[in-house]
Amino acid sequence: MQYLVSVIDDTAGLATPDEMAAINAFNDRLKTEGHWVFAGGLAAPSSATVIDNRGEEAMFTDGPFLESKEYLAGFWIMDAADLDVALKLAAEGSKACNRKIEVRPFL
Amino acid sequence: MSLVDVREAITQAHHEQWARVVASLTRRFGDLDIAEEAAAEAFATAVQRWPADGVPPNPGAWLTTTANRKAIDRIRRENKRDDKQKEAQMLYDHDPPEPLGAIDDERLRLIFTCCHPALALETRVALTLRMVGGLTVSEIARAFLVQETAMGQRITRAKAKIKAARIPYRVPSAEDLPARVSGVLAVLFLVFNEGYLATGPDTDPIRHDLTADAIRLTRLIRALMPDDGEVAGLLALMLLIEARRTARVSASGELVALDEQDRGAWDAAMIAEGHRLVRERLAAGVAPGRYQILAAINAVHTSARDVRDTDWSQVVALYDQLVRLDPSPIVALNRAIAVAELDGPEVALAAIDRLEDKLAGYHAYHATRADLLRRLGRSQKARAAYDQAIERAGNTAETAYLKRRRDQLG
Repeated sequence: MQYLVSVIDDTAGLATPDEMAAINAFNDRLKTEGHWVFAGGLAAPSSATVIDNRGEEAMFTDGPFLESKEYLAGFWIMDAADLDVALKLAAEGSKACNRKIEVRPFL
Repeated sequence: MSLVDVREAITQAHHEQWARVVASLTRRFGDLDIAEEAAAEAFATAVQRWPADGVPPNPGAWLTTTANRKAIDRIRRENKRDDKQKEAQMLYDHDPPEPLGAIDDERLRLIFTCCHPALALETRVALTLRMVGGLTVSEIARAFLVQETAMGQRITRAKAKIKAARIPYRVPSAEDLPARVSGVLAVLFLVFNEGYLATGPDTDPIRHDLTADAIRLTRLIRALMPDDGEVAGLLALMLLIEARRTARVSASGELVALDEQDRGAWDAAMIAEGHRLVRERLAAGVAPGRYQILAAINAVHTSARDVRDTDWSQVVALYDQLVRLDPSPIVALNRAIAVAELDGPEVALAAIDRLEDKLAGYHAYHATRADLLRRLGRSQKARAAYDQAIERAGNTAETAYLKRRRDQLG
């Protein structure tokens, strides 16, 4: 079972060196214990482009699809047996990156 | 067997077997929705058939077999039998069968799943009442004053989340157990409290159906986890409060304060059972949690034949113990009420005034202040405090009590 574990941020700052070190250590653990699928940090929401090609031609819009104070700053995709395991991992992830986390199951 | 007897047998089977049937079907089919629907159909079949066929010798087995058949019918009807069964196995049958211990009951799995921390508290309450308590969606909707469709959606969404996010159907590991048990007890206490002092202006001031359901479910957990002190504590607490139910509201629908209650009207059997549980916990010699301390406080109150015989120093000592566990302003407020009896209203009032920042929006804060000011003869201030309390109190019997007290001020 895979879960999308999103990092929710409301500050402009990137991870500090201490946070980066904690994230790396946490990632190593995910790999050793077989929970790792993929992870990545994202550039600022202002760097996003929204594309809509449902009509005649593709429309490009500068900026994220949703303007909000909180935004997606990065994510993990984790393999976990059930939600209890995923929530435990996510709680550690939140500690490591020092940010709020959302856990959402894949279909 | 008369029709009345059959109806009683069905009610009794519903109380005793509903959770068992839902739990065993959830285990087998890996789907709360199928389990709930099939259980409901099995009970509906019992209502149709038992009056004519007679009550089966083993109602629980009859209901489980019937529900199993209903579930299989539904799965066949949906023509998804293989998918469902595969899914069921994938979801729930990966554990090897566990040894049968005190804690290994399928109903416990059901309770822990319904009270999972990833569900909102109001959802946990609704789901527990439906799946474990066997209340209908419309009964739960009425209990919490929401539309039936809204309550139905809440429960449907919760079942969908449990499935999609794979909330596990199991008793938590020993390491997580204390926190998860206290989550379950919080749900039951919330149900009890809504019954004990209903919040709505359009409902009975005391909802005996809810207090009775909460006690019934707490008894079930107590039977499943007999060694847990807080479970025993919560059951004792509920019994000692419930014992005073009929004395708590006057004939005119007004709340009767503890010091004015007719103690002869208290339920002696419930008090005896509550006291027994409290004594059992004291003898265990383990540091008590908050429900055990609250139960002990209520044991002191219910031990006094007359309010003047109340051992207030004992009550204050217990509140001191509770403050160390739970330094919340509400505990401090209740402690001050006991302090008023021991050290006088002046001392209590000083303690309460320090809580204003945190409790200014809470009706009991103003009601307590009003009472202390009244006892100190400061009528004008008391009147203002009663007004504040009346404005915030949601319970009709409590409002009636506060109004009388206010209008009696000189």
